This record gives sequence, C-alpha cells and structure tokens, in this order.
Amino acid sequence: MFVSLLAVIGLGGIGWLIAPYAPYLFGVILPLAAILVFLSGVVWRIKNWGNSPVPFRIPTTGGQQRSLDWIKPARLDSPFSRAATAWRMLLEVLLFRSLFRNTKAEFKDGSRLVYWSSKWLWLFALVFHYCFLTIAVRHLRFFTEPVPFGVGLLETLDGLMQIGVPRFYMTDALIVAALLFLLCRRLFDQKIRYISLPGDYFPLFLLLLLVGSGICMRYLGKADIASVKAFTMGLATFAPISPAGLPSIFFIHLLSVTTLLMYFPFSKLMHMGGVFLSPTRNQPNNSRAVRHENPWNPPKKYHTYAEYEDDFRDLMDEAGLPLEITPEQAAAAAAKE
Amino acid sequence: MYNAKYIAPGILIFLALFTLPFWYNFGAPKYERPALALPVTKTDCIEPRDVMAATHMQLLDTWRDMALRQGKRVYVSSGDKEWTISLQNTCMTCHVNKAEFCDKCHNSNSVSPYCWDCHVEPRGNK
Repeated sequence: MFVSLLAVIGLGGIGWLIAPYAPYLFGVILPLAAILVFLSGVVWRIKNWGNSPVPFRIPTTGGQQRSLDWIKPARLDSPFSRAATAWRMLLEVLLFRSLFRNTKAEFKDGSRLVYWSSKWLWLFALVFHYCFLTIAVRHLRFFTEPVPFGVGLLETLDGLMQIGVPRFYMTDALIVAALLFLLCRRLFDQKIRYISLPGDYFPLFLLLLLVGSGICMRYLGKADIASVKAFTMGLATFAPISPAGLPSIFFIHLLSVTTLLMYFPFSKLMHMGGVFLSPTRNQPNNSRAVRHENPWNPPKKYHTYAEYEDDFRDLMDEAGLPLEITPEQAAAAAAKE
Repeated sequence: MYNAKYIAPGILIFLALFTLPFWYNFGAPKYERPALALPVTKTDCIEPRDVMAATHMQLLDTWRDMALRQGKRVYVSSGDKEWTISLQNTCMTCHVNKAEFCDKCHNSNSVSPYCWDCHVEPRGNK
C-alpha cells in the first residue's frame, strides 16, 4: 500500500514541481503518447484474450437450468439460449449483478460462522463507475466545438442542486465517497487487506489524485477554462499548443490522466474489456444439449472396426473368430473391382 | 482469434468511442480562443486580468452575498481600490454587451450561469 501511495505522491510532485517547467513534454508529447499506448494496449490485450481457446463450457450458474417442461428454469441465472445469455451479460455490465450477490463471512458470538449478504461493495462500485462515466462525458466540453447538446444536458442534471458558483456537481462528491469506501474496504477489512497488492491500491490512489486535482481545479485552485479549452482543443485537432502558463494543479490533473491511460492496458483496470470476455458469464448453460468442441483438440485419427477387420481378416479367420466380411466375400469384392 | 465475429465489432466500437473527440472535430476549422469585446474606455478591471478570467464567478458570488445578505456595498480589491458592489452599476458600465463578452466564453465552454434569470442583460448599443 505504501509503495502505491508513495508512487502517487511522487506523481503529484512531478506534476506540481517539474511539469510546469517542461510544458510541451508533459502537456503534448506524453498525453498523445498515452492515448496511443492506451488504444493499442487495450486492443492488444483483447486480441490476446481472443486468441485463447476456451476448452470447456464453464458458465457459472445461480439457478435451475433448463430441464423438463414442468420445472421452471432460471432464464437469467442459468441461461440456455443466446438471447438469455446476452441479457445476462447486459445486466452484468450495466448493473454488476454478480457483485450484488457478494457475501461476507464473519464469526459471530465467538465461534459461529455467519455469512451476511453485503451490498455495500456493489453499491459503491456502481456509484463509482457511473460517476466516472458522467465525469468523462462532461469533459467532452473541452474536446468538442460546438459542445454537443447532450453534454450540456448532463451538466445541468449533474449540477441540478445549483449549489455555489461554479455550480457544484453531485458526481464530484459521490465519486470521492465511493473511492474512499473502496480504499477503506481494503485497509480496514483484515481479510481483504491480506490479499491486496500494490496493483490494487495504485489505481485507487491514482484515481483519488485525478479526481482530487480536478475538484480542486474547479472549486479552489482555479484555472482559466478558456485557456484550458484552447489547449485541449489543440490536442483534439492534432494542432497542439503548449500549455505553458496554466497553473500547476492543471499539470497534476493532466499527468494523472496521462498515467492512468498508460497504466490502464497493463493493469486490472482492463476489466473494462475483460468483463465482456468472461467465459463463466458469456456462455449459455447448454452443455447437455450442444456439444462443446475444445478448439485445441488435435484432429482425431479414427480406426474403425471395418478397417481393423481389413487389417487382420485372415488371422481372425484362422482363429475362427466371427467376421462381418469373410475372406471369400472380400476376395469376390476385390475381383469385381 | 476465436469468436472474432463478436470481438472484432467490439474492438471497433471501443476505438470509435474513445477517439470520439478526434473524429468529431475532424475537418472543423482550427479552434480559436473566443475573441471578447473588451471595454474601450478602461484597461484595468476590479482585480488583475488573469485573476478575473479564472475567478470572476466566485467574485460575483461573493458580491451577491455581501450586497444582499450582509448589506455591504463596498468591496476593497487586492490593489486597495474601493469598488461599489453592483453588477448593473459597476460591472456593466464597462462590459456593455453580454453577447459579445460573457456569452463568447460561456457558450464555447458550455457554461450556463443563471445571472440573467434576475438581472437585466446588457445589450450594448442595441
């Protein structure tokens, strides 16, 4: 945990102290390179996964599979048809149904093991992901001209409370709360802390830096957004201009986004693409009706009984074994040809 | 690649979505920072120009609170200059045109302040 924390503090330090003195490197070269790394890295990872065969049909099920007519099947939790599997995937991706089943094991009254249904992980994970999506879409106002209507609508909805100037966005508070929950869950639950690695903490700290610097820039540190847009539009139209003169907090924000994009394809964050390729979720549970061929099976070599008899007909005849085609019949057939 | 008929479209959708800003702006004229109609009579605003550009919304919010909630009508700027707190009588004596000044940046950056729900917007010479 401390390694990740130090790494992120170091990143913030670089953004704060060094980046403003090398604006072209940190503002143009690295971000554009990061986009390239992100796009090609994600495609490479997905292609790599696509090249791996799935030897068995291994859907995880949470309900009755399709059986006799009078037994009610769980269509979503044990999908039989392709359409039901698609529905299951859609709900998994949009609503995180498998996290909804999350349970927590705890000792109660000393020695009694109890499993609780624990919905907090599901709730905060959902909050985090939808806030992140909203914030990403809101940022399109810096990368499009004219700004699409939908982006303005989303801003209006997000700032519907009309608190303060500039208007307070609800997602800003929610995403920080969600990230802090996800972090505290790893820190204070001994069982989860035991299995947490630097690769689990680093994205959380990095996102906190990213979100924190963004919030700070909007409400406290203040950057002139007309200058920011002139810079970001330069990136979006491949006519980059140097971000020199923008405040340090902007460089911290930019550097954390750059890091996130470069880190993404090589980390657990690839679950963005991976969720679609989960073999346990995206296969129908129809192994009793449809044969699943293991794609890496070598081509089968058959040696049928007829061929066997051809090989050993005379010997078998000598030994008095029953034959489907006697040597006389075989000789007659050969003479016919 | 296995299941290419599902994975290939997925990759294409991913690339299309995440490069949206690049192709959305493709062929559009080069983005220029909005040119504002600055006052001709004066060169100095309440605070220095870059401070005003970044924090004018917070200043206006403070002014609203001072004038309407605390009844204070005098603001002392960082340059020790006294200003009367009033959008109509202070700001709008120099910034006479909303469409040519406020709206330029606000529209470009998709900012929709609700100042003009109550205040009368300045229309310059029209």
